[in-house]
Amino acid sequence: MAHDSLYASPQRRPGAGRGRRRTAWVPRRWDAALVSALLLVVLGSALLVDGFATGRNAQFLLLDAVAIGLVALPMTLVVITGEIDLSVASTLGLCSAVMGQLWLSGWPLELVVVAAVALGAVLGAVNGVFVTAFGLPSLAVTIGTLAAYRGLAFVVLGDQAVADFPGDWTSAAVETAPGGALPWAMVGTALLAVAFGVVLHATPFGRELYAIGSNAEAARFSGIPVARRKFWLFVVCGAVSGLAGVYWTLRYASARADNGEGLELAVVAAVLLGGVSIFGGRGTLAGVCAGVLLLGVLRNALQLADVAADTLDIVTGSLLIVSVVVPNAVAMARARLARKDRHEGTHERKFG
Amino acid sequence: MTALRARRELGVLLALALLVAFTAADNSRFLSSQSIRDVLLSASILVVLAVGQTVVVVTRNIDLSVGSVLGLTAFATGKLFVAAPGTPLVVAVLAGVGLGALCGALNGALIAAARVPALVITLGTLYVLRGVDHSWASGEQINAADLPRSFLDFGTATVLGVPVLALVAAAVLLVVATWLGSYRVGRELYAIGSEPAAARLSGIPVGARVFLAFVVSGALAGLAGVLHAARYGTVDATVGSGMELQVVAAVVVGGVAIFGGSGTAYGAAIGALLLTTIGSSLAVLRVDPFWQQAAVGGLILAAIGLDRALAARTARRAAARSAADAAAGQDAGRRGEREATHGS
Repeated sequence: MAHDSLYASPQRRPGAGRGRRRTAWVPRRWDAALVSALLLVVLGSALLVDGFATGRNAQFLLLDAVAIGLVALPMTLVVITGEIDLSVASTLGLCSAVMGQLWLSGWPLELVVVAAVALGAVLGAVNGVFVTAFGLPSLAVTIGTLAAYRGLAFVVLGDQAVADFPGDWTSAAVETAPGGALPWAMVGTALLAVAFGVVLHATPFGRELYAIGSNAEAARFSGIPVARRKFWLFVVCGAVSGLAGVYWTLRYASARADNGEGLELAVVAAVLLGGVSIFGGRGTLAGVCAGVLLLGVLRNALQLADVAADTLDIVTGSLLIVSVVVPNAVAMARARLARKDRHEGTHERKFG
Repeated sequence: MTALRARRELGVLLALALLVAFTAADNSRFLSSQSIRDVLLSASILVVLAVGQTVVVVTRNIDLSVGSVLGLTAFATGKLFVAAPGTPLVVAVLAGVGLGALCGALNGALIAAARVPALVITLGTLYVLRGVDHSWASGEQINAADLPRSFLDFGTATVLGVPVLALVAAAVLLVVATWLGSYRVGRELYAIGSEPAAARLSGIPVGARVFLAFVVSGALAGLAGVLHAARYGTVDATVGSGMELQVVAAVVVGGVAIFGGSGTAYGAAIGALLLTTIGSSLAVLRVDPFWQQAAVGGLILAAIGLDRALAARTARRAAARSAADAAAGQDAGRRGEREATHGS
């Protein structure tokens, strides 16, 4: 069960040595580099792109980033433990479909929302059971549930759309907090991000997740209940995906079975761009937040600059490739320099 | 181990046979030559992709970009025929395969040379190639009317009642399965997937082999793109999107271990055939078509669960056998000792 790598290329990443002198221009940490890139892109877009630096545009940009941002939070934790959850978008869709069906059958909306989030948690628990109790690879399991949950969404709602949600709820989903362009939904997402950040970076629980991702076997021997931790992460991932389904439904005022289709790849892309290692054990929540926003800002700015929406995939994909190739190339270069300097590589974890 | 693997493919084949038998019992027209032809036609593209994916997955890698490669080559094939209507079929196929191989080489070079995980790189190229496709097409659609008659005939023609596309898929399957199973380079791919470090220590050029696996997968995705253009005649920039998950599903259902080192192209092809057949048999059984995707999901989970159970049983047996061997060895040792004391 202890796959030390999730889709590792057969060669392992070389340990980063210390070649401080000649590569000093490279930021020491990937998340810091990403935040700088984000600031640069925001600044550049504000100067160069007409209509970017308006409150209304910022509002739309942030509203668009909420769903990906929400799901990216638990996904970060899951990937740090060396697992992956590809079923998140289907969970979102199934929760949205069930939400529509329950609303049609006359449930009060408060209850519908709670039920949707609870359903998400149950769907996540199903993933968790398959991965931890049966010891199956999460990649395969969640490709299976990706198909299964999306299929069930169509079984529940067919190809109809439920759109008659009360106006005060749907407008609440896009409403802006007083005193700025920040939508309430984004405020909530940011608070949740802080909570996840604290749990990941400032609690023993968070440290355990890194330990599991670095070496599950060693983590188990040091007394960490690896399976139980992973199980609950999948539950949380499902619940937050359910929440994202609620948001999606209210934001577009439409419950549909195909809501959020394909979102899983966008979420995984944002998480990996954020510097989380697909092998597990490395990555920060700040990096992931910067990754989500960077992708959102680039998409928005390029769209305003009249680049066709579908062409933007080139940018997303290239960023993703660059985000793994560049740190690796730098690490290799450093290792080589370190060898040249007869300086033993100390396997410091850079670009974490 | 071989017996286990053979049993594994037999299991998928049995599931397929049961599905066909059950559906045919309900409606005998399901076994009419027309209906079989339809299933084979729609399965052949997925089979070609699944065979290519197998080559990559046995090396403990994955190629998520195949849907985008298929889309790009399908569109390129259409464009080629629009620009030069007289292009011979062979040239079109070679161009498609070449373009696909180029995309695969891009994946392979990044993965093997820059030493980064395949999942991330091919997710990246999934987006990049789809974006290239969109910006090239910029909303344009190629219709059957733009394609030469002979090319479209290739997509629907039959030889002795068997669709040509299915024959192409079968030929690809036979060649790749033989290569993987009985040739040195093919076996090396399994060795890499079982234990990369051990493979390197035993002198296998791991980087070069992984690169080759991605080129093969890309080339077959390119071929699938040409087949897609011939089969459907209508090509826009969205062709093949989301197909990667279907392909991975087919491979997994067919018993190719997602962590490399085991499984055959035959299994993957049967998996692809099974996934396609489910679609048409649900329609024949008048099951709500909305159930189809849910059934596919259930099938994937069942398949990986079954693999796990089989692997666990093999491991238990091996452990029991080695325990028995050890006990026997100990006995022999003790007996030897006793005889030695007797002698003195």
